[in-house]
Amino acid sequence: MAEPALSIRGLTKVYGNGFQALKGIDLDVQQGDFFALLGPNGAGKSTTLGVVCSLVQKTAGQVSIFGIDVDKDFAKAKYQLGVVPQEFNFNQFEKVLDIVLAQAGYYGMTSREALPRAKQLLTDLGLWEKRNGSARMLSGGMKRRLMIARALMHRPKLLILDEPTAGVDIELRRSMWEYMRRINQDEGTTIILTTHYLEEAESLCRNVAIINNGDIVRNTSVRELLAELDTETFLIDLAEPVAEVPHIEGFELHQIEPTQLSLLVHRGQRLNDVFKALSEQGIEVVSMRNRANRLEEMFVSMVEGSGQGAIDQRVEKKEERV
Amino acid sequence: MNATQTLIALWTLVLKEIKRFTRIWPQTLLPPSITMAMYFIIFGNLIGSRIGDMDGFSYMDFIVPGLIMMSVITNSYSNVASSFFSNKFQRSIEEMMVSPMPNWVILAGFILGGMARGLGVGLIVTVVSLFFTRLTMEHPLLTVLVVVLTSALFSIGGFINALLANKFDDISIVPTFILTPLTYLGGVFYSISMLPDFWQGVSMLNPILYMVNVFRYGFLGVSDIPVGWALAAIFAFIIVLFVVALTMLERGKGIRS
Repeated sequence: MAEPALSIRGLTKVYGNGFQALKGIDLDVQQGDFFALLGPNGAGKSTTLGVVCSLVQKTAGQVSIFGIDVDKDFAKAKYQLGVVPQEFNFNQFEKVLDIVLAQAGYYGMTSREALPRAKQLLTDLGLWEKRNGSARMLSGGMKRRLMIARALMHRPKLLILDEPTAGVDIELRRSMWEYMRRINQDEGTTIILTTHYLEEAESLCRNVAIINNGDIVRNTSVRELLAELDTETFLIDLAEPVAEVPHIEGFELHQIEPTQLSLLVHRGQRLNDVFKALSEQGIEVVSMRNRANRLEEMFVSMVEGSGQGAIDQRVEKKEERV
Repeated sequence: MNATQTLIALWTLVLKEIKRFTRIWPQTLLPPSITMAMYFIIFGNLIGSRIGDMDGFSYMDFIVPGLIMMSVITNSYSNVASSFFSNKFQRSIEEMMVSPMPNWVILAGFILGGMARGLGVGLIVTVVSLFFTRLTMEHPLLTVLVVVLTSALFSIGGFINALLANKFDDISIVPTFILTPLTYLGGVFYSISMLPDFWQGVSMLNPILYMVNVFRYGFLGVSDIPVGWALAAIFAFIIVLFVVALTMLERGKGIRS
Protein backbone atom coordinates (compact mmCIF):
# COMPACT_ATOMS: atom_id res chain seq x y z
CA MET A 1 0.00 0.00 0.00
CA ALA A 2 1.25 3.49 -0.83
CA GLU A 3 2.53 5.66 2.01
CA PRO A 4 -0.15 7.98 3.38
CA ALA A 5 0.11 11.57 2.13
CA LEU A 6 0.09 12.60 5.77
CA SER A 7 0.69 10.44 8.78
CA ILE A 8 0.52 11.82 12.32
CA ARG A 9 1.31 9.78 15.42
CA GLY A 10 0.98 10.90 19.02
CA LEU A 11 1.07 14.58 18.13
CA THR A 12 1.08 16.74 21.24
CA LYS A 13 1.34 20.46 21.57
CA VAL A 14 1.54 22.35 24.84
CA TYR A 15 1.83 26.13 24.47
CA GLY A 16 4.04 28.25 26.69
CA ASN A 17 1.09 29.22 28.90
CA GLY A 18 0.46 25.54 29.67
CA PHE A 19 -2.53 25.16 27.36
CA GLN A 20 -2.55 21.70 25.80
CA ALA A 21 -3.81 22.27 22.26
CA LEU A 22 -3.19 18.70 21.02
CA LYS A 23 -3.38 15.60 23.20
CA GLY A 24 -1.43 12.97 21.28
CA ILE A 25 -3.51 12.71 18.13
CA ASP A 26 -3.13 10.05 15.43
CA LEU A 27 -4.27 10.75 11.88
CA ASP A 28 -3.71 9.30 8.41
CA VAL A 29 -4.69 10.96 5.15
CA GLN A 30 -4.34 8.68 2.14
CA GLN A 31 -2.86 9.79 -1.19
CA GLY A 32 -5.42 11.34 -3.54
CA ASP A 33 -7.95 11.93 -0.75
CA PHE A 34 -10.05 15.05 -0.29
CA PHE A 35 -10.05 15.16 3.49
CA ALA A 36 -11.91 17.44 5.89
CA LEU A 37 -10.51 18.32 9.30
CA LEU A 38 -13.41 19.76 11.24
CA GLY A 39 -13.82 21.12 14.71
CA PRO A 40 -15.06 24.12 16.65
CA ASN A 41 -12.86 27.20 17.07
CA GLY A 42 -9.89 26.43 19.29
CA ALA A 43 -10.29 22.66 18.88
CA GLY A 44 -6.75 22.18 17.51
CA LYS A 45 -7.24 22.20 13.72
CA SER A 46 -4.91 25.08 12.94
CA THR A 47 -2.35 23.89 15.49
CA THR A 48 -2.29 20.47 13.79
CA LEU A 49 -1.85 22.02 10.35
CA GLY A 50 0.67 24.53 11.76
CA VAL A 51 2.86 21.66 12.96
CA VAL A 52 2.60 19.95 9.56
CA CYS A 53 3.68 23.20 7.84
CA SER A 54 6.46 23.92 10.37
CA LEU A 55 4.81 27.10 11.60
CA VAL A 56 4.17 25.59 15.03
CA GLN A 57 6.73 23.58 17.01
CA LYS A 58 5.36 20.31 18.27
CA THR A 59 5.90 19.19 21.85
CA ALA A 60 5.92 15.48 20.98
CA GLY A 61 4.89 13.05 18.28
CA GLN A 62 5.77 12.20 14.73
CA VAL A 63 4.68 13.70 11.42
CA SER A 64 5.43 12.14 8.04
CA ILE A 65 4.56 13.57 4.64
CA PHE A 66 4.53 10.91 1.89
CA GLY A 67 6.65 8.77 4.19
CA ILE A 68 9.22 11.49 4.86
CA ASP A 69 9.70 12.09 8.57
CA VAL A 70 9.71 15.87 9.04
CA ASP A 71 12.18 15.55 11.93
CA LYS A 72 14.68 13.89 9.58
CA ASP A 73 14.24 15.86 6.35
CA PHE A 74 11.73 18.68 6.64
CA ALA A 75 13.11 20.38 3.49
CA LYS A 76 12.35 17.31 1.35
CA ALA A 77 8.90 16.96 2.94
CA LYS A 78 8.15 20.64 2.28
CA TYR A 79 8.54 20.13 -1.48
CA GLN A 80 5.44 17.91 -1.32
CA LEU A 81 3.43 20.48 0.60
CA GLY A 82 1.41 23.55 -0.44
CA VAL A 83 -0.26 25.71 2.18
CA VAL A 84 -3.19 28.11 1.96
CA PRO A 85 -3.53 29.61 5.44
CA GLN A 86 -6.58 31.07 7.11
CA GLU A 87 -5.21 34.63 7.29
CA PHE A 88 -3.78 36.62 4.39
CA ASN A 89 -0.04 36.19 4.74
CA PHE A 90 1.54 37.96 1.80
CA ASN A 91 3.06 41.41 1.53
CA GLN A 92 0.06 43.53 0.58
CA PHE A 93 2.26 46.08 -1.16
CA GLU A 94 3.83 43.65 -3.60
CA LYS A 95 2.58 42.97 -7.10
CA VAL A 96 0.43 39.87 -7.58
CA LEU A 97 2.87 38.35 -10.07
CA ASP A 98 5.87 39.09 -7.85
CA ILE A 99 4.22 37.24 -4.94
CA VAL A 100 3.75 34.00 -6.86
CA LEU A 101 7.14 34.23 -8.58
CA ALA A 102 8.92 34.81 -5.28
CA GLN A 103 7.27 31.71 -3.84
CA ALA A 104 8.51 29.68 -6.80
CA GLY A 105 11.99 31.09 -6.22
CA TYR A 106 11.94 29.95 -2.59
CA TYR A 107 11.44 26.42 -3.91
CA GLY A 108 14.40 26.85 -6.27
CA MET A 109 12.34 27.13 -9.48
CA THR A 110 13.99 29.06 -12.29
CA SER A 111 12.09 32.00 -13.79
CA ARG A 112 11.86 30.01 -17.05
CA GLU A 113 9.82 27.36 -15.20
CA ALA A 114 8.02 29.76 -12.89
CA LEU A 115 6.64 32.30 -15.36
CA PRO A 116 4.52 29.90 -17.49
CA ARG A 117 3.30 28.19 -14.31
CA ALA A 118 2.35 31.57 -12.79
CA LYS A 119 0.53 32.55 -15.99
CA GLN A 120 -1.41 29.29 -16.04
CA LEU A 121 -2.43 29.44 -12.37
CA LEU A 122 -3.29 33.14 -12.34
CA THR A 123 -5.34 32.68 -15.52
CA ASP A 124 -7.16 29.63 -14.10
CA LEU A 125 -7.96 31.56 -10.95
CA GLY A 126 -9.02 34.73 -12.77
CA LEU A 127 -6.11 36.86 -11.60
CA TRP A 128 -3.91 37.22 -14.68
CA GLU A 129 -5.39 40.65 -15.55
CA LYS A 130 -4.47 41.81 -12.04
CA ARG A 131 -0.90 40.53 -12.17
CA ASN A 132 0.79 43.93 -12.22
CA GLY A 133 -1.42 45.45 -9.54
CA SER A 134 -0.60 45.66 -5.85
CA ALA A 135 -2.06 42.76 -3.84
CA ARG A 136 -3.78 45.16 -1.43
CA MET A 137 -6.03 46.33 -4.27
CA LEU A 138 -7.54 42.85 -4.67
CA SER A 139 -10.92 41.94 -3.21
CA GLY A 140 -11.08 39.42 -0.34
CA GLY A 141 -12.00 36.58 -2.71
CA MET A 142 -9.17 37.46 -5.08
CA LYS A 143 -6.70 37.49 -2.18
CA ARG A 144 -7.81 33.97 -1.24
CA ARG A 145 -7.35 32.84 -4.84
CA LEU A 146 -3.93 34.48 -4.91
CA MET A 147 -2.92 32.35 -1.92
CA ILE A 148 -4.16 29.23 -3.73
CA ALA A 149 -2.13 30.14 -6.84
CA ARG A 150 0.93 30.80 -4.68
CA ALA A 151 0.58 27.46 -2.87
CA LEU A 152 0.34 25.55 -6.16
CA MET A 153 3.36 27.14 -7.86
CA HIS A 154 5.76 24.29 -7.03
CA ARG A 155 3.19 21.58 -7.90
CA PRO A 156 2.71 20.17 -4.38
CA LYS A 157 1.28 16.67 -3.97
CA LEU A 158 -0.42 17.62 -0.71
CA LEU A 159 -2.39 20.85 -0.47
CA ILE A 160 -3.56 22.20 2.88
CA LEU A 161 -6.48 24.59 2.71
CA ASP A 162 -7.25 26.25 6.03
CA GLU A 163 -10.69 27.81 5.59
CA PRO A 164 -10.07 28.78 1.96
CA THR A 165 -13.53 30.17 1.29
CA ALA A 166 -14.04 32.19 4.48
CA GLY A 167 -15.72 35.48 3.60
CA VAL A 168 -16.12 34.55 -0.06
CA ASP A 169 -19.50 35.06 -1.76
CA ILE A 170 -21.55 32.00 -2.78
CA GLU A 171 -20.88 32.23 -6.52
CA LEU A 172 -17.15 32.52 -6.06
CA ARG A 173 -17.17 29.82 -3.39
CA ARG A 174 -18.76 27.39 -5.82
CA SER A 175 -16.25 28.24 -8.55
CA MET A 176 -13.44 27.66 -6.03
CA TRP A 177 -15.00 24.28 -5.16
CA GLU A 178 -14.93 23.36 -8.83
CA TYR A 179 -11.28 24.33 -9.03
CA MET A 180 -10.38 22.33 -5.92
CA ARG A 181 -12.28 19.29 -7.24
CA ARG A 182 -10.38 19.60 -10.51
CA ILE A 183 -6.92 19.65 -8.95
CA ASN A 184 -7.91 16.75 -6.69
CA GLN A 185 -9.41 14.58 -9.44
CA ASP A 186 -7.41 15.56 -12.53
CA GLU A 187 -4.00 16.18 -10.98
CA GLY A 188 -4.31 13.72 -8.09
CA THR A 189 -3.40 16.34 -5.52
CA THR A 190 -4.29 15.23 -2.00
CA ILE A 191 -6.25 17.99 -0.28
CA ILE A 192 -6.81 18.58 3.42
CA LEU A 193 -9.50 21.13 4.10
CA THR A 194 -10.62 22.86 7.25
CA THR A 195 -13.82 24.82 7.02
CA HIS A 196 -16.71 26.13 9.03
CA TYR A 197 -19.03 25.68 6.04
CA LEU A 198 -20.00 22.08 6.59
CA GLU A 199 -21.88 22.08 3.30
CA GLU A 200 -18.45 22.61 1.75
CA ALA A 201 -16.98 19.58 3.51
CA GLU A 202 -20.02 17.44 2.65
CA SER A 203 -19.88 18.47 -0.97
CA LEU A 204 -16.12 18.12 -1.51
CA CYS A 205 -14.62 15.64 0.92
CA ARG A 206 -14.57 11.86 0.95
CA ASN A 207 -13.13 11.44 4.44
CA VAL A 208 -13.38 13.47 7.58
CA ALA A 209 -11.83 13.79 11.01
CA ILE A 210 -13.53 15.72 13.77
CA ILE A 211 -11.24 17.24 16.35
CA ASN A 212 -12.42 18.62 19.64
CA ASN A 213 -10.48 19.73 22.72
CA GLY A 214 -7.23 18.58 21.11
CA ASP A 215 -8.48 15.02 20.48
CA ILE A 216 -9.69 13.35 17.30
CA VAL A 217 -13.22 12.36 18.26
CA ARG A 218 -14.10 10.76 14.92
CA ASN A 219 -12.18 9.75 11.80
CA THR A 220 -14.22 8.11 9.06
CA SER A 221 -15.69 8.63 5.60
CA VAL A 222 -18.27 11.38 5.09
CA ARG A 223 -20.72 8.76 3.80
CA GLU A 224 -20.40 6.58 6.91
CA LEU A 225 -20.70 9.56 9.18
CA LEU A 226 -23.88 10.73 7.49
CA ALA A 227 -25.30 7.21 7.64
CA GLU A 228 -25.05 7.44 11.42
CA LEU A 229 -27.23 10.52 11.47
CA ASP A 230 -30.24 9.53 13.63
CA THR A 231 -32.42 12.50 12.92
CA GLU A 232 -32.84 15.12 10.26
CA THR A 233 -34.82 18.32 10.53
CA PHE A 234 -36.71 19.61 7.52
CA LEU A 235 -38.47 22.90 6.88
CA ILE A 236 -41.80 22.55 5.05
CA ASP A 237 -43.31 25.53 3.22
CA LEU A 238 -47.11 25.43 2.91
CA ALA A 239 -49.38 26.95 0.26
CA GLU A 240 -51.82 28.32 2.89
CA PRO A 241 -51.33 29.34 6.54
CA VAL A 242 -52.43 26.78 9.13
CA ALA A 243 -54.15 27.74 12.36
CA GLU A 244 -52.58 24.94 14.41
CA VAL A 245 -49.78 22.41 14.05
CA PRO A 246 -51.09 19.34 12.22
CA HIS A 247 -50.84 16.08 14.14
CA ILE A 248 -49.11 13.19 12.35
CA GLU A 249 -48.65 9.95 14.28
CA GLY A 250 -44.95 9.25 15.05
CA PHE A 251 -43.62 12.58 13.73
CA GLU A 252 -42.66 15.73 15.59
CA LEU A 253 -43.87 18.95 13.94
CA HIS A 254 -43.48 22.57 15.05
CA GLN A 255 -44.80 25.77 13.58
CA ILE A 256 -42.09 28.27 12.61
CA GLU A 257 -44.30 30.71 10.71
CA PRO A 258 -47.99 30.53 9.68
CA THR A 259 -46.91 28.96 6.37
CA GLN A 260 -43.83 27.08 7.60
CA LEU A 261 -43.41 23.96 9.70
CA SER A 262 -40.36 22.15 11.01
CA LEU A 263 -40.36 18.36 10.82
CA LEU A 264 -38.10 16.01 12.78
CA VAL A 265 -37.57 12.71 10.96
CA HIS A 266 -35.90 9.76 12.70
CA ARG A 267 -33.92 7.13 10.84
CA GLY A 268 -36.30 4.58 9.31
CA GLN A 269 -39.25 6.93 9.06
CA ARG A 270 -40.68 7.62 5.59
CA LEU A 271 -41.35 11.08 4.25
CA ASN A 272 -44.17 9.69 2.13
CA ASP A 273 -46.18 9.14 5.32
CA VAL A 274 -45.85 12.83 6.14
CA PHE A 275 -46.97 13.99 2.70
CA LYS A 276 -49.86 11.55 2.73
CA ALA A 277 -51.05 12.71 6.17
CA LEU A 278 -50.75 16.38 5.25
CA SER A 279 -52.63 15.79 2.04
CA GLU A 280 -55.42 14.01 3.96
CA GLN A 281 -55.68 17.05 6.24
CA GLY A 282 -56.02 19.30 3.16
CA ILE A 283 -52.61 20.90 3.63
CA GLU A 284 -50.69 21.57 0.43
CA VAL A 285 -46.87 21.48 0.55
CA VAL A 286 -45.04 23.93 -1.73
CA SER A 287 -41.45 23.03 -0.94
CA MET A 288 -39.21 21.27 1.57
CA ARG A 289 -35.54 21.58 2.54
CA ASN A 290 -33.09 20.55 5.26
CA ARG A 291 -33.08 23.02 8.11
CA ALA A 292 -29.33 22.63 8.41
CA ASN A 293 -26.74 20.84 6.37
CA ARG A 294 -26.74 17.14 7.29
CA LEU A 295 -23.08 17.07 8.23
CA GLU A 296 -23.68 20.14 10.36
CA GLU A 297 -26.33 18.28 12.38
CA MET A 298 -23.91 15.40 12.87
CA PHE A 299 -21.07 17.73 13.78
CA VAL A 300 -23.13 19.62 16.34
CA SER A 301 -24.32 16.41 17.95
CA MET A 302 -20.73 15.12 18.20
CA VAL A 303 -19.12 18.19 19.71
CA GLU A 304 -22.09 19.36 21.77
CA GLY A 305 -21.29 17.35 24.90
CA SER A 306 -17.64 18.18 25.20
CA GLY A 307 -17.90 21.52 23.39
CA GLN A 308 -19.03 23.51 26.39
CA GLY A 309 -16.23 22.00 28.44
CA ALA A 310 -13.75 23.20 25.89
CA ILE A 311 -15.20 26.69 25.92
CA ASP A 312 -15.10 26.80 29.74
CA GLN A 313 -11.47 25.67 29.68
CA ARG A 314 -10.51 28.39 27.21
CA VAL A 315 -12.27 31.03 29.33
CA GLU A 316 -10.37 29.80 32.41
CA LYS A 317 -7.05 30.00 30.54
CA LYS A 318 -7.86 33.54 29.44
CA GLU A 319 -8.69 34.55 33.00
CA GLU A 320 -5.43 33.04 34.24
CA ARG A 321 -3.50 35.17 31.74
CA VAL A 322 -5.36 38.33 32.82
CA MET B 1 17.75 21.73 -1.97
CA ASN B 2 20.69 21.37 -4.29
CA ALA B 3 23.24 24.17 -4.75
CA THR B 4 21.48 25.71 -7.77
CA GLN B 5 18.10 25.72 -6.05
CA THR B 6 19.67 27.25 -2.95
CA LEU B 7 21.24 30.02 -5.03
CA ILE B 8 17.92 30.70 -6.79
CA ALA B 9 16.17 30.93 -3.41
CA LEU B 10 18.84 33.28 -2.06
CA TRP B 11 18.74 35.48 -5.16
CA THR B 12 14.92 35.59 -5.02
CA LEU B 13 15.02 36.87 -1.46
CA VAL B 14 17.79 39.41 -2.12
CA LEU B 15 16.00 40.71 -5.22
CA LYS B 16 12.76 40.98 -3.28
CA GLU B 17 14.53 43.02 -0.60
CA ILE B 18 16.14 45.32 -3.19
CA LYS B 19 12.76 45.80 -4.90
CA ARG B 20 11.23 46.68 -1.54
CA PHE B 21 13.57 49.51 -0.63
CA THR B 22 13.75 50.88 -4.18
CA ARG B 23 9.92 50.85 -4.41
CA ILE B 24 9.78 53.14 -1.39
CA TRP B 25 12.84 55.23 -2.33
CA PRO B 26 11.40 58.50 -0.97
CA GLN B 27 11.52 56.84 2.48
CA THR B 28 14.74 54.89 2.09
CA LEU B 29 17.17 56.52 -0.35
CA LEU B 30 16.22 60.19 -0.47
CA PRO B 31 16.17 61.21 3.24
CA PRO B 32 19.76 60.13 4.05
CA SER B 33 21.03 61.98 0.98
CA ILE B 34 19.34 65.20 2.09
CA THR B 35 20.36 64.81 5.74
CA MET B 36 23.99 64.21 4.83
CA ALA B 37 23.99 67.15 2.40
CA MET B 38 22.85 69.28 5.38
CA TYR B 39 25.69 67.91 7.52
CA PHE B 40 28.19 68.74 4.77
CA ILE B 41 26.82 72.29 4.40
CA ILE B 42 26.49 73.10 8.11
CA PHE B 43 29.30 71.16 9.78
CA GLY B 44 31.66 70.94 6.85
CA ASN B 45 31.33 74.35 5.22
CA LEU B 46 29.82 76.80 7.70
CA ILE B 47 31.10 75.61 11.08
CA GLY B 48 34.00 73.52 9.77
CA SER B 49 35.82 76.53 8.35
CA ARG B 50 35.96 78.00 11.89
CA ILE B 51 37.07 74.74 13.52
CA GLY B 52 40.20 74.49 11.43
CA ASP B 53 42.22 71.32 10.79
CA MET B 54 41.56 67.95 12.45
CA ASP B 55 44.43 65.42 12.52
CA GLY B 56 46.08 67.49 9.78
CA PHE B 57 43.08 67.54 7.43
CA SER B 58 40.36 70.10 6.73
CA TYR B 59 37.30 69.49 8.92
CA MET B 60 35.22 68.69 5.82
CA ASP B 61 37.68 66.00 4.71
CA PHE B 62 37.78 64.62 8.24
CA ILE B 63 34.03 64.19 8.65
CA VAL B 64 33.21 62.82 5.17
CA PRO B 65 34.32 59.20 5.88
CA GLY B 66 32.51 59.24 9.25
CA LEU B 67 29.29 60.51 7.74
CA ILE B 68 29.41 57.93 4.94
CA MET B 69 29.94 55.23 7.55
CA MET B 70 27.10 56.60 9.69
CA SER B 71 24.74 56.35 6.70
CA VAL B 72 25.85 52.80 5.95
CA ILE B 73 25.38 51.69 9.58
CA THR B 74 21.93 53.21 10.11
CA ASN B 75 20.56 52.14 6.72
CA SER B 76 21.87 48.57 6.89
CA TYR B 77 20.42 48.16 10.35
CA SER B 78 17.06 49.79 9.77
CA ASN B 79 16.49 48.06 6.43
CA VAL B 80 16.70 44.58 7.90
CA ALA B 81 14.96 45.51 11.14
CA SER B 82 11.96 47.08 9.41
CA SER B 83 11.76 44.62 6.53
CA PHE B 84 11.98 41.48 8.64
CA PHE B 85 9.62 42.87 11.26
CA SER B 86 7.12 43.84 8.53
CA ASN B 87 7.34 40.26 7.25
CA LYS B 88 6.60 39.06 10.77
CA PHE B 89 3.81 41.59 11.24
CA GLN B 90 2.11 40.78 7.91
CA ARG B 91 2.90 37.09 8.45
CA SER B 92 4.51 36.94 5.01
CA ILE B 93 7.51 35.38 6.79
CA GLU B 94 5.38 32.21 6.64
CA GLU B 95 5.97 32.14 2.86
CA MET B 96 9.63 31.47 3.63
CA MET B 97 9.03 29.24 6.64
CA VAL B 98 6.82 26.76 4.77
CA SER B 99 9.32 26.58 1.90
CA PRO B 100 12.32 24.23 1.88
CA MET B 101 14.70 27.21 2.05
CA PRO B 102 17.29 26.60 4.79
CA ASN B 103 17.34 29.10 7.65
CA TRP B 104 20.84 30.27 6.78
CA VAL B 105 19.55 31.30 3.33
CA ILE B 106 16.73 33.34 4.90
CA LEU B 107 19.27 35.02 7.19
CA ALA B 108 21.78 35.61 4.38
CA GLY B 109 19.03 36.96 2.10
CA PHE B 110 17.99 39.61 4.62
CA ILE B 111 21.62 40.48 5.41
CA LEU B 112 22.46 40.93 1.72
CA GLY B 113 19.32 43.01 1.26
CA GLY B 114 20.35 45.23 4.16
CA MET B 115 23.85 45.52 2.76
CA ALA B 116 22.46 46.48 -0.65
CA ARG B 117 20.60 49.40 0.90
CA GLY B 118 23.38 50.37 3.33
CA LEU B 119 26.05 50.35 0.64
CA GLY B 120 23.70 51.97 -1.88
CA VAL B 121 23.02 54.86 0.48
CA GLY B 122 26.75 55.02 1.28
CA LEU B 123 27.46 55.41 -2.42
CA ILE B 124 24.84 58.15 -2.78
CA VAL B 125 26.28 60.03 0.21
CA THR B 126 29.78 59.66 -1.27
CA VAL B 127 28.55 61.18 -4.53
CA VAL B 128 26.87 64.03 -2.59
CA SER B 129 30.13 64.66 -0.71
CA LEU B 130 31.91 65.22 -4.03
CA PHE B 131 29.94 68.46 -4.38
CA PHE B 132 31.71 69.72 -1.25
CA THR B 133 35.21 68.27 -1.35
CA ARG B 134 37.66 66.24 -3.43
CA LEU B 135 37.86 62.72 -2.06
CA THR B 136 41.06 60.74 -2.18
CA MET B 137 41.52 57.14 -1.07
CA GLU B 138 44.83 56.11 0.45
CA HIS B 139 43.84 52.44 0.79
CA PRO B 140 40.91 51.66 -1.56
CA LEU B 141 40.73 47.90 -0.87
CA LEU B 142 40.74 48.38 2.88
CA THR B 143 38.07 51.08 2.54
CA VAL B 144 35.78 48.77 0.57
CA LEU B 145 36.46 45.82 2.88
CA VAL B 146 35.66 47.69 6.06
CA VAL B 147 32.49 49.29 4.74
CA VAL B 148 31.22 45.92 3.44
CA LEU B 149 31.97 44.19 6.75
CA THR B 150 30.40 46.98 8.79
CA SER B 151 27.28 46.88 6.64
CA ALA B 152 27.05 43.10 7.11
CA LEU B 153 27.52 43.43 10.87
CA PHE B 154 24.75 45.97 11.32
CA SER B 155 22.44 44.08 8.99
CA ILE B 156 22.77 41.08 11.30
CA GLY B 157 22.13 43.39 14.26
CA GLY B 158 18.92 44.62 12.60
CA PHE B 159 17.84 41.02 12.01
CA ILE B 160 18.25 40.07 15.68
CA ASN B 161 16.38 43.21 16.71
CA ALA B 162 13.48 42.31 14.39
CA LEU B 163 13.38 38.70 15.62
CA LEU B 164 13.06 39.90 19.22
CA ALA B 165 10.64 42.75 18.44
CA ASN B 166 6.96 42.38 19.26
CA LYS B 167 5.82 45.79 18.07
CA PHE B 168 7.06 48.53 15.74
CA ASP B 169 8.34 50.57 18.74
CA ASP B 170 10.77 47.76 19.49
CA ILE B 171 12.62 48.23 16.21
CA SER B 172 13.15 51.96 16.78
CA ILE B 173 14.48 51.70 20.35
CA VAL B 174 17.91 50.35 19.45
CA PRO B 175 18.60 52.80 16.56
CA THR B 176 17.39 55.77 18.61
CA PHE B 177 18.86 55.04 22.01
CA ILE B 178 21.92 52.94 21.20
CA LEU B 179 23.07 53.24 17.58
CA THR B 180 22.74 57.00 17.19
CA PRO B 181 24.57 57.92 20.44
CA LEU B 182 27.32 55.37 19.74
CA THR B 183 27.74 56.71 16.20
CA TYR B 184 27.86 60.35 17.29
CA LEU B 185 30.36 59.42 20.01
CA GLY B 186 32.27 57.13 17.64
CA GLY B 187 34.61 59.77 16.30
CA VAL B 188 32.49 60.82 13.33
CA PHE B 189 32.80 64.53 14.14
CA TYR B 190 36.03 64.61 16.17
CA SER B 191 39.27 62.81 16.83
CA ILE B 192 39.36 61.02 20.17
CA SER B 193 42.87 62.42 20.64
CA MET B 194 41.07 65.66 21.54
CA LEU B 195 39.48 63.97 24.58
CA PRO B 196 40.98 63.66 28.09
CA ASP B 197 42.62 60.29 28.78
CA PHE B 198 39.66 58.96 30.75
CA TRP B 199 37.15 59.65 27.95
CA GLN B 200 39.56 58.26 25.39
CA GLY B 201 39.50 55.02 27.39
CA VAL B 202 35.72 55.07 27.54
CA SER B 203 35.53 55.73 23.77
CA MET B 204 37.65 52.65 23.13
CA LEU B 205 34.71 50.56 24.42
CA ASN B 206 32.57 51.86 21.56
CA PRO B 207 32.70 49.36 18.64
CA ILE B 208 31.57 51.96 16.11
CA LEU B 209 34.73 54.00 16.84
CA TYR B 210 36.81 51.19 15.31
CA MET B 211 34.76 51.02 12.14
CA VAL B 212 34.73 54.76 11.60
CA ASN B 213 38.47 54.97 12.23
CA VAL B 214 39.43 52.14 9.92
CA PHE B 215 37.17 53.57 7.22
CA ARG B 216 38.74 57.01 7.68
CA TYR B 217 42.15 55.37 7.56
CA GLY B 218 41.21 53.97 4.15
CA PHE B 219 40.47 57.49 2.88
CA LEU B 220 43.00 59.65 4.73
CA GLY B 221 45.64 57.22 5.95
CA VAL B 222 45.22 58.30 9.61
CA SER B 223 43.56 56.43 12.47
CA ASP B 224 43.22 56.81 16.24
CA ILE B 225 43.43 53.05 16.74
CA PRO B 226 45.38 50.05 15.32
CA VAL B 227 43.78 49.05 11.98
CA GLY B 228 44.50 45.31 12.15
CA TRP B 229 43.02 45.01 15.63
CA ALA B 230 39.87 46.84 14.51
CA LEU B 231 39.40 44.57 11.48
CA ALA B 232 39.78 41.47 13.65
CA ALA B 233 37.17 42.85 16.07
CA ILE B 234 34.67 43.46 13.23
CA PHE B 235 35.21 39.92 11.92
CA ALA B 236 34.69 38.46 15.36
CA PHE B 237 31.49 40.45 15.92
CA ILE B 238 30.12 39.27 12.56
CA ILE B 239 30.77 35.62 13.33
CA VAL B 240 29.31 35.80 16.84
CA LEU B 241 26.19 37.72 15.80
CA PHE B 242 25.62 35.50 12.74
CA VAL B 243 25.70 32.40 14.93
CA VAL B 244 23.38 34.03 17.46
CA ALA B 245 20.90 35.10 14.73
CA LEU B 246 20.96 31.68 13.05
CA THR B 247 20.46 29.86 16.35
CA MET B 248 17.48 32.07 17.16
CA LEU B 249 16.05 31.47 13.71
CA GLU B 250 16.53 27.69 13.99
CA ARG B 251 14.71 27.75 17.33
CA GLY B 252 11.93 29.80 15.78
CA LYS B 253 12.43 32.64 18.27
CA GLY B 254 9.72 35.22 17.69
CA ILE B 255 8.34 33.50 14.59
CA ARG B 256 7.17 30.01 15.61
CA SER B 257 4.72 29.31 18.40
